[in-house]
Amino acid sequence: MYKIVEKKILNPTVIQLQIEAPLIARKAKPGQFIILRVDNRGERIPLTIAGVNTQAGTVKIIFQVVGATTKKLSGKEAGDYIEDFAGPLGTATHLEGLKRVCIVGGGVGCAIAMPIAEALHEMGAEVTSIIGFRNKDLLILEDEFRACSDTLRIMTDDGSYGEKGNVTIPLKEMLDGGKDFDMIITIGPLIMMKFVVKTAEPFGVPVTVSMNPIMIDGTGMCGGCRLTLNVDGKKVTKFACVDGPDFNGYEIDFDEAMSRGRMYSGFERHAYEKECNLFKKEEQ
Amino acid sequence: MAKANMSLTRNAMPTQDPKLRGHNFNEVALGYSEETAIDEAMRCLDCKNMPCVTGCPVKIRIPEFIAKIKEGDFEGAYQIITKSSSLPAVCGRVCPQETQCESKCVRGIKGESVGIGRLERFVADWHNTFCTEEPVRPEDNGHRVAVVGSGPSGLTCAGDLAKKGYAVTVYEALHTAGGVLVYGIPEFRLPKAIVAKEVETLEKLGVKIETNVVIGKTLTIDELFEMGYEAVFIGSGAGLPNFMGIPGEALNGVYSANEFLTRSNLMKAYLDNSDTPVMKGGKVAVVGGGNVAMDAARTALRLGAEKVYIVYRRSLEELPARREEVEHAEEEGIEFCLLCNPVEILGYKNPDDPRDPKNGFVTGMTCIRMELGEPDERGRRRPVAIKGSEFTIDVDTVIMSIGTSPNPLIKSTTAGLEVNRSGGIVVNEEGLTTRKAVYAGGDAVTGAATVISAMGAGKTAAKAIDEYLSK
Repeated sequence: MYKIVEKKILNPTVIQLQIEAPLIARKAKPGQFIILRVDNRGERIPLTIAGVNTQAGTVKIIFQVVGATTKKLSGKEAGDYIEDFAGPLGTATHLEGLKRVCIVGGGVGCAIAMPIAEALHEMGAEVTSIIGFRNKDLLILEDEFRACSDTLRIMTDDGSYGEKGNVTIPLKEMLDGGKDFDMIITIGPLIMMKFVVKTAEPFGVPVTVSMNPIMIDGTGMCGGCRLTLNVDGKKVTKFACVDGPDFNGYEIDFDEAMSRGRMYSGFERHAYEKECNLFKKEEQ
Repeated sequence: MAKANMSLTRNAMPTQDPKLRGHNFNEVALGYSEETAIDEAMRCLDCKNMPCVTGCPVKIRIPEFIAKIKEGDFEGAYQIITKSSSLPAVCGRVCPQETQCESKCVRGIKGESVGIGRLERFVADWHNTFCTEEPVRPEDNGHRVAVVGSGPSGLTCAGDLAKKGYAVTVYEALHTAGGVLVYGIPEFRLPKAIVAKEVETLEKLGVKIETNVVIGKTLTIDELFEMGYEAVFIGSGAGLPNFMGIPGEALNGVYSANEFLTRSNLMKAYLDNSDTPVMKGGKVAVVGGGNVAMDAARTALRLGAEKVYIVYRRSLEELPARREEVEHAEEEGIEFCLLCNPVEILGYKNPDDPRDPKNGFVTGMTCIRMELGEPDERGRRRPVAIKGSEFTIDVDTVIMSIGTSPNPLIKSTTAGLEVNRSGGIVVNEEGLTTRKAVYAGGDAVTGAATVISAMGAGKTAAKAIDEYLSK
């Protein structure tokens, strides 16, 4: 059992938890993930690590309530326990030698992008951050990004905060203006990452994407997280849990990944409604 | 003593009716009664040279435990088995006895061999039901050993060392101990309560089990030594599933057998109250012919499939699964498409509506007929495709059960640990790797193999570790 030591509600659907897991806190690097199970009949879900406190031995996770499991997790309070918490899994984001990096985060993906931006800032790299949200209410981590970014652009779909439009607009503008990033690191919805890659392509800037497919064990056993990469014209199968979660954005077959992400959408909708009904019953 | 039972046939194993069992996850084989066990034991001729023992990877003193059954001393029989095997209730169920101990049985020359596996299972179940005595925890010998992985090789190694007084900690990456015994082998073939019971017995012997620790990630092998362990056994099991490399394998509804079985077994997706989804019902094709393929096919049936096919590129004769499993599968109505190989998995794509929820899901699989050609280097006749013989079967789910490749996690974080060309950890005959005091065994060394051969490797390594640390 793993104790929740702190809970913070970042916006109506995004929650931050600090979990006591000293072994993981000691090892975790930006870009890595954990697998958790809320209770003994729960499913195993991967969540990318949003930060660690090695002294306190805690691991920070930030998640959006999207399905039954995240709904259940959102009902846990500080002092409560979750059943299982394993990691750190996957390979860390490769940051060595980077000097001018553009971080492009979307929605709750910004939670994962933030520790990477922080690490780059500490390394002395020039950090440009572009973070996008649907609207002002869903904005998270503005202060944190401001603290570690040389330039910060905030985008909202409806223009209710920052600038109106999606993240590729300022990205294209900067690239057009001759900004010579040596790497773009993007984390967020697949459709956003796909268009970040498309935007960067004519400029030849390398793009690292962080993939978050459906997983079970997360340790290289089940193969559920497989992705198809196009490497030099050849199709190659890779596994996000051990080969990733970071990949070269130009090689990823995003359309396939999006389709695979919908495998259980029917089941998930049903499970989510069931979980919501349980919540309502408890409230009554 | 009563006269030997000279019947040429062994006592049949009572099983659940195939019509009923195809719809539940209860165990298929029901086990011998006391009377049947004694009657079967009487078929053993108690050969002095004990040929059966030579066929057992963990060298159970078979005629001796059978002699105890003849006397009705079932606990005595258990005590003999447990000297050699840490997991008797498991082995009695999943060992391929017909190619091991039973293949050497003198009674098998004319008629059927003694049902050694069935007797082993009977004895272990009798002990688990009736014995209330706690196992005696041996005196601590002051040495500490870490075991990586709680599958059959790890549990055996841990059990053997604990019996000698070693303080053993087993590190398990998943949330439940048992490895393939809990995530891979289904409930209807190996009830999980039995695995839990065997693990509990080891814990009573003093073995500590730490779940949710991924060695190679949470802790490295080097850190285990820094923590004070004097030797490490790696039994991390088989790794990533293989796929065929044919078009359509990324479609929704295509699983590896590992994933499909893990969802059903470890995550209990077959129960209504599990949060883990799995595709249930419809028409299912399982590609491959091993025991894992049989497990996947029979699991799919129990999850409500209306039709389940086994698609295998050679003929029934070459099918590597145990005869018993093949027979059970056939009885339950699994259809075998032999001499047949998939060439493409077909998916749904609505040209008018990219948002159609059916888009990206499997609708069928195109296969090609095969014939057997010249024998390959292992003597098995190579299957060759018959040109122009393609045909399509109508399926919603495809389960690839064509083996695994070793897991890279430990190798990539342990300097000096050599692996062979196919990625298996290199060991000598004692299970020692190329790193001092680091031993390995089971699928992590051999690639996918049997539970009992993994147990044999765990046993060999435990002996070597004991010799190394008592020097």
